[in-house]
Amino acid sequence: MNITQVLFWFLSILAILGAILVVISKNPVHSVLWLIVVFVAISGHYILLDAQFLAIVNLIVYAGAIMVLFLFVVMLMNLNTDSEPQKNRWLKIAGVMTGGALLLVLVAALKRADLKNQLAEMNNGDIGLIHNLGMSLFHDYVIPFEISSVLFLSAMVGVVVIGKKD
Amino acid sequence: MPINYYIFLSVALFCVGVAGVLTRRNAIIIFMCVELMLNAVNLLLVAFSKMQWHALGAADPQAGINAQIFVFFIMVVAAAEVSVGLAIIVMMYRNTHSIDVNFLNRLKH
Repeated sequence: MNITQVLFWFLSILAILGAILVVISKNPVHSVLWLIVVFVAISGHYILLDAQFLAIVNLIVYAGAIMVLFLFVVMLMNLNTDSEPQKNRWLKIAGVMTGGALLLVLVAALKRADLKNQLAEMNNGDIGLIHNLGMSLFHDYVIPFEISSVLFLSAMVGVVVIGKKD
Repeated sequence: MPINYYIFLSVALFCVGVAGVLTRRNAIIIFMCVELMLNAVNLLLVAFSKMQWHALGAADPQAGINAQIFVFFIMVVAAAEVSVGLAIIVMMYRNTHSIDVNFLNRLKH
């Protein structure tokens, strides 16, 4: 078991543990912090897969910007205490069972798939570097890239219109 | 690392997100679980891009780049989606002083 596999298992366990703690934390601030842990673990997976550009973008955009936005909203609403007064135990059990059933179905369906010799190459390859991705992004995908700027503009206008106090 | 491990890791993260959406009643936590599901899918796409690179890396130097560009665009759209969604939640809280989705099932109240 070499260092890459050790890191893979460590990051996988960290991600799943963090995800479970996001769901079961009573305090929304703790949920946000555990979600940051999950995103950092996923960024570590990207680095292991040699997708360095996506790892950095994931850290900056998700763990940096989006999570700070979530944290601002949680603290703005003063939700630091447990704010779910209505507790329906059967509803929770049904939700967990539904998620578990989905997991069971997907694992059972994918377990038999013949993927034994399909490897996700690690520690090798340079397609994740910003040079190669940028060349592709600005040659083949320049139209979607520009359209996404229109999307951001419309999202910004939408946020201002929704958030305006009238 | 065989692709199976990444598939099962992504499936596990996705199912934790689904269980969170179904279990919790706090709108912000539900939104965070949706983000978790998006990231599980992103992770699987990156793993598949490296699988394609492994399968035909010598024949095609561009193999796997499309998937990573796709992940980049998913992140772009997710950022826009989060901003609009959080604005809606803030407006909801301002109108009803609650973000419990059980109170908000009538839309007009």
